[in-house]
Amino acid sequence: MPTKEPNADRIALLQGTLDLLILKTLLLGPCHGQGIARSIQRQSEEVFFVDHGSLYLSLQRLEDRKWITAKWGVSQNNRKARFYTLTAKGRDQLTAKTTEWRKLARAMELIVGGHPGPDSQEA
Amino acid sequence: MWKRRRSAEDFAEEIRSHLALEADRLLEEGASEEEAQRMARVQFGSVPAARERFYLRNRLEWLDNFARDLKFAGRQMVKNPGYAVTAVFVLALGIGASTAIFAFVDAALLKPLPYKNPYRLMSVNEGSPSSARWPLSYPDFIDWRRLNHSFTAIDVYSSKGYLLRTRSGQEPVRAQEVSGSFFQTLGVQPILGRDFLPDEDRLGGPNVAVLSYGTWLHRFGARRDIVGQTVELSDNAYTVIGVLPRSFVFAPAGNTEFWVPINSLTKHETSRTFYNFWGVGRLRDGVTVQMALEEMTAIAKQLHQEYGIDGLGMGASVVPLSEVIVGDVRPILLTLMGAATLLLLIASVNVASLVLVRSESRRRELAVRGALGATRARLIQQFVAEGLLLTGFAGAAGLLVAGGLMRLLARLVPKDMASNMPFLEGVGLNAHTTILLVAVAGMTALLVTATPALRLASRDMRENLKDGDRGFSSRLWARLGANLVIVELAVAFVLLAGAGLLGQSLYRMLHEPLGFEPDHLATLSVSAPDTYKGEQQIAGLYREVAERLSSLPGVQSVGMTNMLPVQCNCPIDRIHFAGRPYHGEHNDVVERRVSPGYLSTLNAALMRGRYFQDSDDISRPGAAVINEALARKYFPAQDPIGQRIENDEGGRPSVWEIVGVVRDIREGPLDVEIAPTEYFPLQQAPDHSFNLAVRTRQDAGSMLSDLIKTLRQINPDLGISDEATMNDEIDGTQAALLHRFAAWLVSGFAMIALVLGVVGLYGVIAYSVNQRTREIGVRMALGAQRSSIYGLVLRQAGFLTAVGLTIGLICSVATSMLIRNLLFGVYPWDTLTLTGVAALLAVASLAASFLPARRAASVNPTDALRAE
Repeated sequence: MPTKEPNADRIALLQGTLDLLILKTLLLGPCHGQGIARSIQRQSEEVFFVDHGSLYLSLQRLEDRKWITAKWGVSQNNRKARFYTLTAKGRDQLTAKTTEWRKLARAMELIVGGHPGPDSQEA
Repeated sequence: MWKRRRSAEDFAEEIRSHLALEADRLLEEGASEEEAQRMARVQFGSVPAARERFYLRNRLEWLDNFARDLKFAGRQMVKNPGYAVTAVFVLALGIGASTAIFAFVDAALLKPLPYKNPYRLMSVNEGSPSSARWPLSYPDFIDWRRLNHSFTAIDVYSSKGYLLRTRSGQEPVRAQEVSGSFFQTLGVQPILGRDFLPDEDRLGGPNVAVLSYGTWLHRFGARRDIVGQTVELSDNAYTVIGVLPRSFVFAPAGNTEFWVPINSLTKHETSRTFYNFWGVGRLRDGVTVQMALEEMTAIAKQLHQEYGIDGLGMGASVVPLSEVIVGDVRPILLTLMGAATLLLLIASVNVASLVLVRSESRRRELAVRGALGATRARLIQQFVAEGLLLTGFAGAAGLLVAGGLMRLLARLVPKDMASNMPFLEGVGLNAHTTILLVAVAGMTALLVTATPALRLASRDMRENLKDGDRGFSSRLWARLGANLVIVELAVAFVLLAGAGLLGQSLYRMLHEPLGFEPDHLATLSVSAPDTYKGEQQIAGLYREVAERLSSLPGVQSVGMTNMLPVQCNCPIDRIHFAGRPYHGEHNDVVERRVSPGYLSTLNAALMRGRYFQDSDDISRPGAAVINEALARKYFPAQDPIGQRIENDEGGRPSVWEIVGVVRDIREGPLDVEIAPTEYFPLQQAPDHSFNLAVRTRQDAGSMLSDLIKTLRQINPDLGISDEATMNDEIDGTQAALLHRFAAWLVSGFAMIALVLGVVGLYGVIAYSVNQRTREIGVRMALGAQRSSIYGLVLRQAGFLTAVGLTIGLICSVATSMLIRNLLFGVYPWDTLTLTGVAALLAVASLAASFLPARRAASVNPTDALRAE
């Protein structure tokens, strides 16, 4: 079996974080939906499981907000695919959302990891 | 700004490309082509779900579905018009009836009176435990006004009759003498002209008059130049100074046309013991009714002491004016409201069970939709849409029903009585009633949708895919439907019992012994102009009228009185007896002045002594006839003939010798006990106004015009009014009307309830028979007799009926206790009514279940077993 089935090690994405991951992925350059999904899964070391339905809905939402644009093109292996590109507005949003995420992550860390106690022993 | 939407096709294309790319990747990783494509799909998850989510993005999914559900519901209704029409009709009836009744309740009980800050207005009068409200004397009024600190103002009004000079002669009109700040106290301003000036109500002030709106409109053509002109009232010129607003009504004054200041007092009226003026006051801020009552009671006692009036126990009465105006109709309106609510309940329950039966027959449709992925919420939404559509139509139809019913009911109230019920003007479709209608329709929609929805929520839908299942759900429905039928039967019982009791009350009231014969009795009111001066001239008029009318063909005899019977236990006279110690006891009796021929014209029964004679005139000592009630109360062990009654005739002590005892004549309203009554000779205290009672040989109504013609021949200036037959007069009294109103309406509601309840029972039994066709077939195949099949079905119906009737019986005794004030001569637990209603419902139920039972018994076992 070349690909792992979704398993218990994977966690569902936090509500609202998918937008940030898509924008971040697109920072590297235009990409199609399947590429974005793969990239997120790979970069998270296969921890995140991307629900494709949500992904495309999310892409559509970002496109509607003009944070990304899309056009049909041809992939490396000669398949027709819809390529998404980050817009200037999208870049600004990425910065804002990254800051927001850092704050959130720090706050979470403060609470969950900041007070060593009996629980901190867990692996 | 509209951006072209991305098409669903484009989105599908993108997903296809995704799957292709993923498959490519999996191929690279070494999977077989087939395996790669399968894996790509598995990883993607549900493609249709993704597409649906794309489709629904940015859309109000709910609204979208709802529109579709509505359309579907509409198609369902068109497909099944019988069901739709029945449901809409039944609901419209319930909604319309309750809205119409509410309109009356709203106008009478909820809407404020048309005055400024009406809740601070009080009826301020004398009062005692025995007579709650008793008018004031003029000197008392002046002192009450001067001494009190509870009211910003106290004013009085007193009814007066005048003869208005018109082009065609003299016409009696109703007027009201009021103290000068009367309108100010009510907070009413004339729309034309002005209010009374401060000095216009002092004695000897100018003759001025304010017109009611209706008078201005009908008598004076709404001419704006009427202000400043003069009208002639009883041969005196009055200057019109103002016109009251159209919205102004003062119920205690009825259809008063002219309002004049009190600028002169008769000799009686200057007496402190001549009670003729009704008081109305505006409470000072911060003063409660109780505080005002205490203060006024103290003032009344103080005045009684000061002037040596033996007003033992007589104090003050302070009650909200609104109480005085709507007090009489409140219990009836509340009863009707209750009946309308029950009708609405039974209508809703009926439709709910209709909807239930329908949803039952659509079980498979629902199951299929469920299997195809419709969530339970979506299926329930479908019911909500159907319920809303149904009640939407029903609400619209209910609006028509309500409008029609309101007009009909308002027309049932005779004009005379309507003028005492100003709130009738406010009955109609307005904001209040519309809100109520919408609310009622909403609640009905809830009930109609909740029933099938609840059921849907509580069962396993897959079960229903199986054909012909007789499982849990059917039993559940049977139980729910049966419960609904029990509710319907119980409600129908309550309404029928109420109608029965009210109907009996009405019958008993109309058949109360009157003490006289009302058939062939014509009555009219006469008011003589002031050209008749002195007691001799008026007595002469009496004689002339009696002679001329008696000689008319068809007239048997003629009597005159100051007040006709079945009207009012008034006026009240306070008497004591010669030769007995008197300490100001409340010997209050009803007083009547009658002509010598009056009591015999009524065909009243003389028990002892004699009636009056022509010789009992002003030159002779006072004579009196008393009724049996008076004799029983004051002469329990004594022959009253020859005893003497003493009273105070407007400050003049008088003595009346009792010459006869008459059997009780009902002088007061039908629903009030007969009071002790004294009759004095009319000739010994003649008055310009009197009433005629004429005994005719033929139909009394046909004689009226002849009587009027003859009176006009005697003197064209006589004011003649209120011509009617005695029977019409009695039927038109408030007591008879209100009770008739209640009895008819509740009966109407009850009949509808009966039909709905029985139809509901029929529905349940018929459905149950339908469901059990196969079972019945099996039973018959195994040798069951037709009679046992009948028994099977009728037992079920009998059980439901018995339970419904038992609950209904208990509830109806409870509700009848609530309306016992409206009952007359029957007990709330009247056995005859209750057994009658039970029998009626039982027979109707039996008939309703007999049809399905016959169908069940005629089932052909082979067909039944082969079916489905």
